[in-house]
Amino acid sequence: MSGAILVVTEHLGGQFTDATFELLALANGLATSTGAEVEAALVGADVAGMTTQLGAAGRVLLIEDPALESFNPHGHACVVAGLVADREPGIVLVPYTSTGMDMASHIASRSDLPLVSYCQSIDASAGLAATCQLYAGKIEADVSVDGDRAVFAVLSGAAAAADGRRDGSPTVESVTVEVPGGTSFTGQVEPEAGDVDITVQDVLLVVGRGIESEDNIEEVAELAEALGGAVAASRPVVDQGWLPKTRQVGKSGLTVKPKVYLALGVSGAPEHVEGMRDSSTIIAVNTDPQAPIFGVAHHGWVGDLFDLVPELADLLEGS
Amino acid sequence: MDIAVLLRAVPDPVEELELNDDETDLDRDYLGYVLNEFDDHALEEALLLKEDTGGSVTAYAIGTSDEVEQILVTAIAKGADAAVKLGDDLGVLDAHAQSEIFAAALGERSHQAILCGVQASDEIDGQVAMLLSARLGHPHVSVVVATSVTDAGLSVTKEYWAGITATYDVRLPAVLGIQAARQAPRYVAVSRIRQAQDSGALSEVDTVAPASSSGVTITAIRIPESGAGAEMISGDETAAAEQIVALLQAAGVGGAP
Ligand SMILES: Cc1cc2nc3c(=O)[nH]c(=O)nc-3n(C[C@H](O)[C@H](O)[C@H](O)COP(=O)(O)OP(=O)(O)OC[C@H]3O[C@@H](n4cnc5c(N)ncnc54)[C@H](O)[C@@H]3O)c2cc1C
Ligand SMILES: Nc1ncnc2c1ncn2[C@@H]1O[C@H](COP(=O)(O)O)[C@@H](O)[C@H]1O
Repeated sequence: MSGAILVVTEHLGGQFTDATFELLALANGLATSTGAEVEAALVGADVAGMTTQLGAAGRVLLIEDPALESFNPHGHACVVAGLVADREPGIVLVPYTSTGMDMASHIASRSDLPLVSYCQSIDASAGLAATCQLYAGKIEADVSVDGDRAVFAVLSGAAAAADGRRDGSPTVESVTVEVPGGTSFTGQVEPEAGDVDITVQDVLLVVGRGIESEDNIEEVAELAEALGGAVAASRPVVDQGWLPKTRQVGKSGLTVKPKVYLALGVSGAPEHVEGMRDSSTIIAVNTDPQAPIFGVAHHGWVGDLFDLVPELADLLEGS
Repeated sequence: MDIAVLLRAVPDPVEELELNDDETDLDRDYLGYVLNEFDDHALEEALLLKEDTGGSVTAYAIGTSDEVEQILVTAIAKGADAAVKLGDDLGVLDAHAQSEIFAAALGERSHQAILCGVQASDEIDGQVAMLLSARLGHPHVSVVVATSVTDAGLSVTKEYWAGITATYDVRLPAVLGIQAARQAPRYVAVSRIRQAQDSGALSEVDTVAPASSSGVTITAIRIPESGAGAEMISGDETAAAEQIVALLQAAGVGGAP
């Protein structure tokens, strides 16, 4: 491998996201096996003060411009792509998050570098190789990369954020770039508070697409309330308008850590799992024995949720 | 506004997946294909934009299989003005190859907005929407959950995380990766799909096999050991319910036993 390991950082409201620190931890692991330097790209306006939080990087490449104050999809993608084209890092690590999804393919395309997406681990000890998730977590793939440079879009959880969260004083290098027009930020909207806060519940009954219709949710919701908890959902249930956004668990929803998380007809796509994998006890019910949710659950039952729910209701009423 | 929407047939996620003999790909012989779920949202958002502003929606897909044809005919039945099949038997293509085909096909047309699904679950080498925007030199926004027309182009809402969203003004032409439409995708009656079949709105354009190489090779795939760390509960639903109640009680939720 040639060149540095470049971590593309992500921040909102003056705070780096966990994804940033996970990538810094991953980068430091790769630095040990390759001897390469760890660099971090920090893009924003007036963000120089944040560089001390990037102690896990040896060098920070700082791009500041008023047009980049808030995340700017086309602007950020183009300036980071320009940086990569210029400095030719060996490995570029982009978080597979909402901002990373705007940047990774652009960066790779502009420098004609291979891009490995849905990446969960990287091996740079002999050439470049990685493991990835495909088919919403149903398949795991080993991939090898041509050449000695590549961009990796890395799934949440590839390394521990705590290992990359280090204060320090990395070398800071300011880079001047021109920001293209095309997309401009006009506002940020915070979520409305819901009737129920699913992040503080002891028990969550979580319905996925397997619930099939809005009408079927009622019985599960009653059961959840009887247990002193609440009903939550995967994304498709919310996108159908069957439950409000405040009940969504996952990447674009909320991160939950209840004592008991009971999944009913949830497949366990990586975007869902990143919002629930730290729950104390995870129980999954799914008709598909291959469902990836069984890979993160502590307890599983292969079967039909519509057979199970009435049985559960009977037992709990009886007690 | 003239809108393009790119639709992709992906292996049906509810089917049991089996590996080919050398375990480098799925065994595709008996695989069923369905429309990528996010593309259904991209189509819905395209139709809503057309309803807002007038103009047209053209759906594109690569390939000529029955499934691809079915997806395009359904798009016409839902309200797309035209649908285009690109290429013949090009085999399984990665995202780089697909973006090359779309760039060639769309570069000659004057669509102001190109809507794609935010991601498809079956390739590893990138997201077509963003690869395409880089090829065409158009601005882009991904993870989009709503669009509306403005004097200068489009205003789009992008989802960050934890329910936080941001809005952007976007200059046209632009490429958008749609995560979810403003409203749930519409259904269409089978009778309408049959009518669409004979509407003459579906055409086919010859395409040469792309030269792009992603530089990424899948050397092996496997089905992750399901329930690797999980204890599987055996028995029927009654037995399962009893065990689950015991687990709830052990965790101290749902009141004392
Ligand atoms: C940028 C981005 C962000 C995302 N953010 C999120 C997020 O925050 N949260 C989220 O959840 N997803 C998110 N997703 C979507 C994610 O990729 C998956 O599409 C989604 O999690 C799938 O939801 P599901 O498991 O309910 O549906 P499916 O994957 O369709 O699974 C349904 C499951 O139900 C099972 N089933 C069917 N019938 C029954 C029955 N009768 N009994 C028992 N089991 C049954 C099936 O076997 C299947 O496993 C995001 C995607 C992207 C691209
Ligand atoms: N072969 C294809 N035919 C039509 N649309 C496609 C094709 N491949 C990708 N797309 C579009 O690009 C989106 C992103 O796919 P991907 O880049 O594979 O994650 C899909 O959701 C489609 O909208």
